[in-house]
Amino acid sequence: MNKIWIIAQREFLSRVQKKTFLLTTILLPVVIFGLYGLIIYFAVKTADNYKVAIADNANLFGGKIESKDDIKFEFVKNETIISLKDKIANKELDGYVYVPKDFDASNGDTISFVSGKTVGLMNRGEIQKRIDNALQERKLLTSLNINKKELDSLQHGNEIKFATVEGKEENDAKAGISYGVGYVSGFLIYIILFIYGTMVMRGVMEEKTNRIAEVIISSVKPFQLMMGKITGIGAVGLVQFIIWITLTVSLRVGLVLLFPGAAESNHALSSATHAMAEVKNSGAMNSFLGGLSDVNFPLIVGCFIFYFIGGYLLYSSLFAAVGSAVNEDPQDAQSLLLPITMPIIFGIVIMTKAVNDPTCGLAVFGSLFPLTSPIVMMARIPFGVPNTVPYWQLALSIALLIGGFLCTTWVSAKIYRVGILMYGKKTTWKEMWKWAWRKN
Amino acid sequence: MASILQLHNLKKYYASQKAVDDISFDIEQGSIFGLLGPNGAGKTTLLRMITGIFYPDNGNITFDGRAFDPENDIIKIGYMPEERGLYKKMKIGEQAVYLAQLKGLSKTAALEKVRFWFKRLEMETWWHKKVEDLSKGMSQKLQFLITVLHEPKLIILDEPFSGLDPVNANLIKDEIYGLAQRGSTIIFSTHRMEQVEEICDHIVLVNLGKKILDGTVADVKQQFKENKFSIKLAGIPASVEDKAYEIIDQRANEFIMKINEGYKSNDVLQHFIGQDITIESFNEILPTLNDIFIHLVEGTKSVTRAFEKQS
Repeated sequence: MNKIWIIAQREFLSRVQKKTFLLTTILLPVVIFGLYGLIIYFAVKTADNYKVAIADNANLFGGKIESKDDIKFEFVKNETIISLKDKIANKELDGYVYVPKDFDASNGDTISFVSGKTVGLMNRGEIQKRIDNALQERKLLTSLNINKKELDSLQHGNEIKFATVEGKEENDAKAGISYGVGYVSGFLIYIILFIYGTMVMRGVMEEKTNRIAEVIISSVKPFQLMMGKITGIGAVGLVQFIIWITLTVSLRVGLVLLFPGAAESNHALSSATHAMAEVKNSGAMNSFLGGLSDVNFPLIVGCFIFYFIGGYLLYSSLFAAVGSAVNEDPQDAQSLLLPITMPIIFGIVIMTKAVNDPTCGLAVFGSLFPLTSPIVMMARIPFGVPNTVPYWQLALSIALLIGGFLCTTWVSAKIYRVGILMYGKKTTWKEMWKWAWRKN
Repeated sequence: MASILQLHNLKKYYASQKAVDDISFDIEQGSIFGLLGPNGAGKTTLLRMITGIFYPDNGNITFDGRAFDPENDIIKIGYMPEERGLYKKMKIGEQAVYLAQLKGLSKTAALEKVRFWFKRLEMETWWHKKVEDLSKGMSQKLQFLITVLHEPKLIILDEPFSGLDPVNANLIKDEIYGLAQRGSTIIFSTHRMEQVEEICDHIVLVNLGKKILDGTVADVKQQFKENKFSIKLAGIPASVEDKAYEIIDQRANEFIMKINEGYKSNDVLQHFIGQDITIESFNEILPTLNDIFIHLVEGTKSVTRAFEKQS
């Protein structure tokens, strides 16, 4: 036990003291947030105004197209195509729509939009939407012969509120946040398994190719060496994550202080992540905050740390076994790794399903099966314990993960013991299997 | 002298071959012991069992008077394997301390020992260097230091001189003698017979997993001697031939001869003295260990076996 500790210390310190560690740990979030800040800065400060002239000679729009944000529609009169083109050349305009007097939509005439430069995808969509909306509204108003107010009341939809049987009203935002938190945690675990798993594997390969393995094995048991390495690298991972999380939180706070307007547009920007989109749909910041307080963060963080450690321990010993079987050629590692990476990828596939439907059979299976449970369970937990994930499932999953970890470590240790001293020939899975079940 | 290590009928079988097949021998405390054998003879497997890396399938090991207990006895053993190396990116001093700690020394004790040996081998200035900056000879020296710094009772050296220049080889050799004098026992595994002849008291030769020779260097040579003598005369005698011997080689007035069965060296001397010719020198030619090694190993399947192991 004492020797495992000495080995773990060295593994930890030798990695943490490296310059690359400092670089990746501290610089990475700074760079990401720098980029993020830059994007926000440009989004907030230099809202690029796109001016569009509408020469509506057929009175198609009734003089009204909604201008919003960065696209401005301006109705002009007594302009010809030539004079409009001149204005574009003089940069007074970015684009125009010319509707001739004899325009007849029922006759198959189309509206054409002319611009100086090619219009970007986003702007193109916006312009299309605005013009369509204006046309539609105009058509409705004229054909139904009602005023704008009446039309608005017709178009206003009904809101549906979701509630659970217990009578607790469910916040719309909560589902979105659960989705987001679940997705992100599942994905993080997936990345952790890969990054630190391969780190263990490379460490073992290094010891083998350096030929130091036998020197060490003559003082400590192979199992101690393997466990020391796994523990040390696991600690590196934990430290790295804690630094990342603190940095992320503090930088995010700093960002909001720097750009007071950023918080708002932040949500618009990150609408790519679903949670935020949901927040936007539900409309108010209040419900977002309400949703946040509904999500049990201490539980999620606790479970995250457990599944982080459990999943890491389960897989890293397998990675160590592969590392011990590989010789100088890293190519060999690729083929031996496949059976290990398969369940991880399988886990991420189940996870994407689980965030959409956290109670379906596949998600439940995935969150119990120890090879996929770290990823899948983390995607389910944010939806609520015990609502979505009953206590028995959580307990079973934890028990199976611990059992799985003991099992893989036991098998890996046996493979490792033989592999670490084998030189020369290429190892196959069949041989590793034999090593695992050989006595002594 | 008491035995430090006794092997009793050790066996280790792999699926494809019998790596060590019923080997027993004793090693006396304070002796320098040579373990010889061709490639693939089973030496490494044997050494790994002695260092507790492998468990024997059969047989047992007595270490220092008690049954060998790898867990606790490991601190009394220093092993320098043939496949050796160090962490390339780690500073030498830290590395030596780390490996000493893994042996079971406390951090302060490890630090003290490492300082002592660095000074002794004139390596103090290396402390902050990294292994990747060392020449092969230098790292070899470091490897030796790491093996012996806890002054173990039993030191096992597998090809310790490979890559060393004569000056450093002599330095290490002197350290080996010094350690033996202070009571350490040294097992020395090599193919270099001239080194064995120079250093070792006692040898064991293994081939194909079996012990084929066991004895002191002098005894072994006596055992394999072929009654060859060399005689140097003041001039060429009138009659060279005699029934007592056969001339194998002649170089000017020096003759190499083999004394025939039933005759003694005195018969040869009498033959020449009778001719009133001055004898300048007369020596027995003992076989070198190299000759004995080749004689014993050649023709066995050891070469094919060595290749089988590799493929």
